[in-house]
Amino acid sequence: MQNKTAGRKDIWSVITLGILLLYALVLVLPLFTLLKESIFKDGALSFEHFGEFFGKKYYYSTLFNSLKVTVAVTLASLVIATPLAYIMTTFKIKGKLYLQILILISSMAPPFIGAYAWILLMGRNGVVTNFLSDVFHITTPDIYGFSGILIVLTLQLIPLIYMFMMGAFKSIDNSLIEAAESMGYTGFKKVWKVIMPLMVPTILAGSLLVFMRALADFGTPMLIGEGFETLPVLIFNEFTSEMGGNAGFAAAISVIVVVIALTIFLLQKFITNKKSFSMSALHPIKEKKESGIKNILAHLFVYGYLALAILPQLYVVYTAFLKTSGRIFVKGYSLDSFKAAFTRSGDTIVHTFTLGLIALFFVILIAILIAYVTVRRRNAITNGLDIISMVPYIVPGSVLGVALLLGFNNKPFLLSGTATIIIIAFVIRRLPYTIRSSAAIIHQISPSIEEAAASLGASNLKTFFKITLPMMLPGVISGAILSWVTIISELSTSILLYTVNTKTMTIGIYTEVIRGNYGVAAALSTILIAITVISLLIFFKLTGRKEVSL
Amino acid sequence: MSVTISFNNVIKKYNDKPVISGLSLDIKKGEFFTLLGPSGCGKTTLLRMVAGFNSIEGGEITFDDKVMNRITPQHRNIGMVFQNYAIFPNLSVKNNVAFGLKNRKIPKDEIERRVDHILDVVQISQFKNSMPENLSGGQQQRIALARAIVMEPNVLLMDEPLSNLDAKLRVDMREAIKLIQHEVGITTVYVTHDQEEAMAVSDRIAVMNSGVIQQVGTPREIYQRPANIFVSNFIGRTNIVERSLKKVDNRQVLIMDENYQIDLDDITQYAEEIIKVSIRPEEFTISDTSEGMAGVIQHNVFLGINVHYTVQLSNGENVEVTEESTLGEPLEPGTEVKLLVNKEKINLFHYESEKNILEGDSYAK
Ligand SMILES: Nc1ncnc2c1ncn2[C@@H]1O[C@H](COP(=O)(O)OP(=O)(O)OP(=O)(O)O)[C@@H](O)[C@H]1O
Ligand SMILES: [Mg+2]
Repeated sequence: MQNKTAGRKDIWSVITLGILLLYALVLVLPLFTLLKESIFKDGALSFEHFGEFFGKKYYYSTLFNSLKVTVAVTLASLVIATPLAYIMTTFKIKGKLYLQILILISSMAPPFIGAYAWILLMGRNGVVTNFLSDVFHITTPDIYGFSGILIVLTLQLIPLIYMFMMGAFKSIDNSLIEAAESMGYTGFKKVWKVIMPLMVPTILAGSLLVFMRALADFGTPMLIGEGFETLPVLIFNEFTSEMGGNAGFAAAISVIVVVIALTIFLLQKFITNKKSFSMSALHPIKEKKESGIKNILAHLFVYGYLALAILPQLYVVYTAFLKTSGRIFVKGYSLDSFKAAFTRSGDTIVHTFTLGLIALFFVILIAILIAYVTVRRRNAITNGLDIISMVPYIVPGSVLGVALLLGFNNKPFLLSGTATIIIIAFVIRRLPYTIRSSAAIIHQISPSIEEAAASLGASNLKTFFKITLPMMLPGVISGAILSWVTIISELSTSILLYTVNTKTMTIGIYTEVIRGNYGVAAALSTILIAITVISLLIFFKLTGRKEVSL
Repeated sequence: MSVTISFNNVIKKYNDKPVISGLSLDIKKGEFFTLLGPSGCGKTTLLRMVAGFNSIEGGEITFDDKVMNRITPQHRNIGMVFQNYAIFPNLSVKNNVAFGLKNRKIPKDEIERRVDHILDVVQISQFKNSMPENLSGGQQQRIALARAIVMEPNVLLMDEPLSNLDAKLRVDMREAIKLIQHEVGITTVYVTHDQEEAMAVSDRIAVMNSGVIQQVGTPREIYQRPANIFVSNFIGRTNIVERSLKKVDNRQVLIMDENYQIDLDDITQYAEEIIKVSIRPEEFTISDTSEGMAGVIQHNVFLGINVHYTVQLSNGENVEVTEESTLGEPLEPGTEVKLLVNKEKINLFHYESEKNILEGDSYAK
């Protein structure tokens, strides 16, 4: 497909270079500024910031907190997601189709709404807490801190590994299982000795994803962590501290986070390269109708998990319709919270849509172009582009926020406080995922289709717009919906970058929760959840799929 | 409109690994020319160099003396038919065929007229407004063909266009392609690894192996006078046996076995040496007399028109023999037979170089 003859004047090389320059400006430059800030003090090279971090227990304990949360969440997600996926593949479960959709929706709902929901239920003044202590005089364990973060993040991230696992289970050929059974491997032994080894690459890939997300998550520990600070929270606090934020110190912590993420990422790459094998199933594993205790346990597990994942969020929606008096909920129902939400935070809804849609437009445009050049014009430059575009994958949102603010704080690139900087952040953060899904679509289109167009005299651009793009469109649209859903629930970067004019709904919810305006927060959350659910339903309708890959 | 295509010492490398090193070839105006060879020999590579999809690392390719090396595919005025059809799935049949014409800023009514005409020629007019996904493989291939020739290209390039079709349709389509090519008279380069297909459609065939052209000739020449052992093995079936040439009373004879020797009156220059002899199964006849090579039938296969025998010769060699089938049972395994050789048709090859000793049809004269 590479074409040196045409390569010289190829419009695609111009596009590639253009995007590369853009990345250099909005990603590489800020990250370098971040690095520079972390290792320079008063114009001289110094590791003082790092020294300070590792010198004080208050600081370095956040590193341990983060690692503790991340490892615990990853393990917990694995422990729950694995049987969940196994049961959903091999058992006949009632209402499976709807369960699938609900599991996905639960994972796409904004993470910090989960945290907020658990506070409403199990917090100091939560309904469950009060009920238990009033009726049974039981003091419930404290939800704040490590345990709360663990519960919320685990429930949030289980679906990620679950989806990976479902894909992998589907690629295991039934004949492998039957062969194992014929050799005497049954029950638990079969699962452990035959199926699990086949799942190792998938488990690793899924774990990495969960690890990165748990490490980077900001909203959950911020809301429910209280004294238990993780690295992203520390970065945010240090950077925005009332007593004049310490940019250099925040930058140093950011560098530490990126180093951890990068290490894990490379380690995972190294292991999967060694362990990878490809499978495809002619006859996928078929679900079996089980009976008796096995069947009951399987149903209990699936439904129990889903109840834990969804009911808290539904409770948030329920409280949005409660009457409020001042800041507290009182008996009876009303739409006052929604009225208040629209009058006080109506502009956040508008901002969410305008900023989100503009970002979405650029995400799609750039993702398609990058995916195209990296698949169809493989060379050193497009490989470089591929790598750069994946960098945000290991850069947590808070770090990116700090980097952008440091990078665009001065002329000629004075962007802090503008809508542009938020849009840039949204686009950069979402691109890696959208590029992956677009590239997958292009891989499915035979190169000879484009060659046919070229042989008929169509220019490269014409071929792209008349043939390739229309063929990609269905996949691109479904990818766009998923991007949209993740963009509107973004918090960790925008909370650093927003001003009154660019405040989005997620920030609105966050500030209302912090202020204790639970009615308004619930109403805004309900609206956000509704937009998410509607978008996802459209996605399922359009694609006819029952799964998403992020 | 059609052109002659010349390859001048053409070199192709993939990542510095030469796949074709110095290939020269001339394809005549309006000719149906086929590149034939085993998988991986470089047919597709060569074809894509003509199309401009592959770079050329050395030498040149010319259309009517115009060097094409640096011209992009868009500007070569070629028509290309792909193995997987490469029909645009998002366009209707009509729009697929009109795609290239629209690009040329041709008036609408003329496009309409030309598209209608070509759809008639390939006989898919009734599907004009259908979407391609609803059509069968054969119909899709006709669209691909129509889409290429409606442009009136200088060169028509086809890479295994029939290999995705079932056997019966393959035969129908190759007739159609041949007919249409003759009608429009475009210089055509056709790639296949199916020798029967190559024989059926081509004016001339180039047999390739490992990036090197072994022989260029008409289907008949290639079959009857293969240039070397590779070609004779690759085209049709044959038995290769090693035998010696002797001079007996000033006559050149080929010693088949102690009792059977063949006079080769035309060959004088080769005195006494061992050569390789290619005898196709149909070039044997089972003798009615006692003359011939002694052998024993090993087994037989009845194939309708022919009966296929495996015969073990007295020196232990097995050869394949086909005989026109006759009424009654074929000869049973174990039957002793004598084999005669049709000396006009057989081919003799130099032992070392494996090149044909006979030139052209000379021996038949
Ligand atoms: N893009 C490529 N990069 C590297 N090597 C290639 C590439 N394309 C082809 N080759 C190699 O060049 C040689 C010729 O390949 P080509 O596709 O031309 O064979 P072919 O004669 O068309 O075979 P087939 O009948 O299987 O289609 C093969 O050894 C192949 O492995
Ligand atoms: Mg080929």
